[in-house]
Amino acid sequence: MNTLIFRTVAPFLTALMVLFSLFVLLRGHNEPGGGFIGGLIAVSALAIFGIANGIAAVRKALWFHPMAISAFGLFIACLAGLLSMVFAVPFMTGLWVYPVILGVEIPLSTVMLFDAGVYLVVVGAITSIALALEAGDDL
Amino acid sequence: MAVTPTDLSAALVMTPVAPADWLVVLPPAWCLLTGALLLMLRKSLHLQAWLAVPALAVLVLIDAALLAHVATNGPATMVMGRWLPPFGIAFTADLTGVLFALAGAVVALAGAVHALTDIDGRGRRYGFYPFLLLLMAGVSGAFLTGDIFNLYVWFEVLLISSFGLITLGSEPRQIDGAIKYAFLNLIATTLFLVTTGYLYGIFGTLNMADIAVKAAAARAELPLMTLATLYLLAFGMKAAAFPVNFWLPASYHTPRVVVSALFAGLLTKVGIYALLRTLIMLFPLEREELSFVIALAGAATMILGALGAIGQSDIRRLLGYAVISGIGVMLAGLSLGSPGGIGGAIFYALHSMIVMTALYMAAGLAGRLAGSFDLNLLGGLYTRSALFSALSLVLFFAVSGLPPFSGFWPKVMVAKAAMDIGAWWLVVVVLLTGFLTTIAFGRVFALAYWRPAADALPDETIPPSALVPLAALTALTVVFGLFPDPLLSLVQHAAQGLADPQAYIGSVFPGRT
Repeated sequence: MNTLIFRTVAPFLTALMVLFSLFVLLRGHNEPGGGFIGGLIAVSALAIFGIANGIAAVRKALWFHPMAISAFGLFIACLAGLLSMVFAVPFMTGLWVYPVILGVEIPLSTVMLFDAGVYLVVVGAITSIALALEAGDDL
Repeated sequence: MAVTPTDLSAALVMTPVAPADWLVVLPPAWCLLTGALLLMLRKSLHLQAWLAVPALAVLVLIDAALLAHVATNGPATMVMGRWLPPFGIAFTADLTGVLFALAGAVVALAGAVHALTDIDGRGRRYGFYPFLLLLMAGVSGAFLTGDIFNLYVWFEVLLISSFGLITLGSEPRQIDGAIKYAFLNLIATTLFLVTTGYLYGIFGTLNMADIAVKAAAARAELPLMTLATLYLLAFGMKAAAFPVNFWLPASYHTPRVVVSALFAGLLTKVGIYALLRTLIMLFPLEREELSFVIALAGAATMILGALGAIGQSDIRRLLGYAVISGIGVMLAGLSLGSPGGIGGAIFYALHSMIVMTALYMAAGLAGRLAGSFDLNLLGGLYTRSALFSALSLVLFFAVSGLPPFSGFWPKVMVAKAAMDIGAWWLVVVVLLTGFLTTIAFGRVFALAYWRPAADALPDETIPPSALVPLAALTALTVVFGLFPDPLLSLVQHAAQGLADPQAYIGSVFPGRT
């Protein structure tokens, strides 16, 4: 897939898809979407970037190792559940805060933190699989 | 967009959670948290063991505290996300689950210490310690969950981690073992999932306490026999019961020895635990119907396991058959269904977790000292290290069920329970198995330890970090052999709690007993 058109479009497409994946992640609280599907969209974006520019470029763009990203996701998802220990409610109870930033009330919750963890687990795990498969192609 | 909050208090747990109840979910949560941390630090090889060993030591402490809590206050429950059961997923710790979880944590700690020298830099780069922590998350979760679909999820967690552990190093031989292991385990897991789907179709609930209540109320018109039989097949495969045991000898000798040790201590016992949970607590009358089938399978597993052990010349393969033979004793206890039989099965499972792990460690050290795992080539171990030989001999006696070691008491319990209902043939099989196992391990001791070495042995010594966990596990079998009373009373209470789950149900649904 080494065409000029694809290589030119891929970075923009990737940026747009990653942005959309974040939208899907945040939308998932009350409507269709969420961490899992959002993560899959982000992985597709990275896969497109990888097909166009090679896996070295993807690894450089990610900065962190994909496995470390997914481990961090697992870590914060677990932490989101354990936060309820402080408030004497059962594990994984949804806890909310409503900070007002620049006059806008932004509801934040442990549920969202958990979903962000799922997002990162999916992004990290599937990206490392995709990169391994694409690397195998070069051999 | 402001959403007006709905009043959900009728569907929520409104009483504040006591700190002690947190112990119920902490074992898997702690393992996931530390496992994720180790995975992030995958490149810092020197940090891995320094974090993993203390993390597992903390897990042992958590499980011990949970055991103390459950032994004094009865089963404890925590429901995820505050939703009331059966809609919220319940974690319920009763004595059976906690005893298994504690023994599992002890085994994992011993394995982690033993792995300090057994797993080299390459194995650590592949992620031995993160996999071990995630495996323990799956194992602890399986022992403590009160929801049958959640049990399936923990099975998956431990299965995925065990795939990682079994292929540590990616040698062709390991891949071969891993494929057999993975394929047959996935069949069992799929069967478990299908059965659980069927169960949900029948009961409309997945909470085990709820199922126990509903099954008892409407036993006559429900196809519970089908469910019990399917679970027996699925978990029997997990536990390596005859005739679905062939995956175990085909795969357990291929990974690193310490990985085999952990598998032998943890994985098949999760299958036995699931059998106890489903067949004793959920479907006791159906188990009654199936008892002869289970007893036959148990007897065949015992005898064929012991004969297989005699027939092997590779000590790691021999130990694989010894694991299977032990599963037979647990199945025999399960088939009897009386408190003595179930207690014997639980006690034997705990004993087997400790002893089989220690035996694999001993086999690994024997292989390292003598440069081979083949009984035809091994020799002269006694002259190399008398202490190591003494520890091995204790373990050989323990696994054969000879007094005064921990294998003796559960066999007595199972044999006595069999005599109580006049199943003399089962008693004969249990005793014959002990005899055959003694022959198998006597052969190992005569050939590998007593016999003078044929060639010069490699210049190896046992590092203390490998010997200490072996000695500690051996000490446990001696202590429980000499002073079995505390553990005996615990397993008897555990067996009663399984056979009559009123306290378990009361813990999940306060006020519904």
